[in-house]
Amino acid sequence: MNTSRFRIILYTLAAIISLAGLADATYLTVQALTGETLVCGGSPDCFRVLGSSYARLAGIPMAAFGTLAYFGVFSFATFAAFGYTRARAFLTLTVGTMFLVTLWLLYVQTFILHAFCRYCLFSAALVFGLSAIVVLAPSSRRSP
Amino acid sequence: MKRYLPFVITAAVALATLVSGAMLYRAKLLPALTIPENSAAPGAGGAESGHVRGRSDAPVTIIEFGDFQCPPCANLSEPINRLERDYRSRLRVVFRHFPLGNHLHAREAALASEAADLQGRFWEMHDLLYREQSVWSKAQDVRVLFNAYAGMLGLNIDRFKKDIESEQAKARVESDEQKAVALGVRTTPTIFINNHAVPAALLNPPGLRGSIDAALRAPTPVSSTQ
Repeated sequence: MNTSRFRIILYTLAAIISLAGLADATYLTVQALTGETLVCGGSPDCFRVLGSSYARLAGIPMAAFGTLAYFGVFSFATFAAFGYTRARAFLTLTVGTMFLVTLWLLYVQTFILHAFCRYCLFSAALVFGLSAIVVLAPSSRRSP
Repeated sequence: MKRYLPFVITAAVALATLVSGAMLYRAKLLPALTIPENSAAPGAGGAESGHVRGRSDAPVTIIEFGDFQCPPCANLSEPINRLERDYRSRLRVVFRHFPLGNHLHAREAALASEAADLQGRFWEMHDLLYREQSVWSKAQDVRVLFNAYAGMLGLNIDRFKKDIESEQAKARVESDEQKAVALGVRTTPTIFINNHAVPAALLNPPGLRGSIDAALRAPTPVSSTQ
């Protein structure tokens, strides 16, 4: 398999993974906007995480930032798959930021809240997958 | 064509996300619950038999369906007490039990509060259970802690231990649960202000204050005292 083909496969995979993350983050954003994270009825652990002060930044649900980030990853991965070299740099930057934020959120869940939300863990797994792809993707000098 | 394809794909995904998000939002909005005017009717959830704090002629009545092990209920407990202090005679607060099945000790806590009520100390136990929620909700044997709380409130411990097992306490909790189910309550806290459920997004101190102010401004406030 040549490098170009390998790169296309990896970026396509990144786009598909980011779609799963986009669905997850959109769901959590809607939950936050409807106030579902302010009531009990589902998983108590999920409430402890999603209803905590760490789930919002300046009053905006963290999931909303996640939605934007996953959409960014999808867009950059798609453009990268079509050979746009600059998109790869943006993809690396976005995924790198998401990786750091994910580490922070995992720390918060483990050591501060002592509770895990399965939606957040799913998102963390996706971010780790995306990070692996970004690391594995071969560099390219070609730009259309 | 290939040049425009990534733009088309990302635009399509953006549109699909917005549309599905909007559809999900609409589907997830809880139905606006109301307590029927004739709250004395069987199955209704008015104030006639709940635990009541405040004047019966108060223009605004808050009815809370709560669960002592529910973190958002605990988060709202003190703000509601503050609202009571701020609005004084204009606000009446009613508490009803709705212990959720996924909260291991919620039912026992509800029974403990009813046992305290049988010695005239429901609200003291209510406040204490919410304040200490993070402690007892993780305990293996909550009875030991509840007995200690009863002691702290100066209750007769032997009577408290008997009452927590009593049919009277169970019947009160079950009666509240039946009322909640009849009204369509599914989550906690579910709060009614003058018989209209407060939307989940407003279940925070400013949201509740705004809802109370709106109820006070309403030309003919509906009271649930009948």
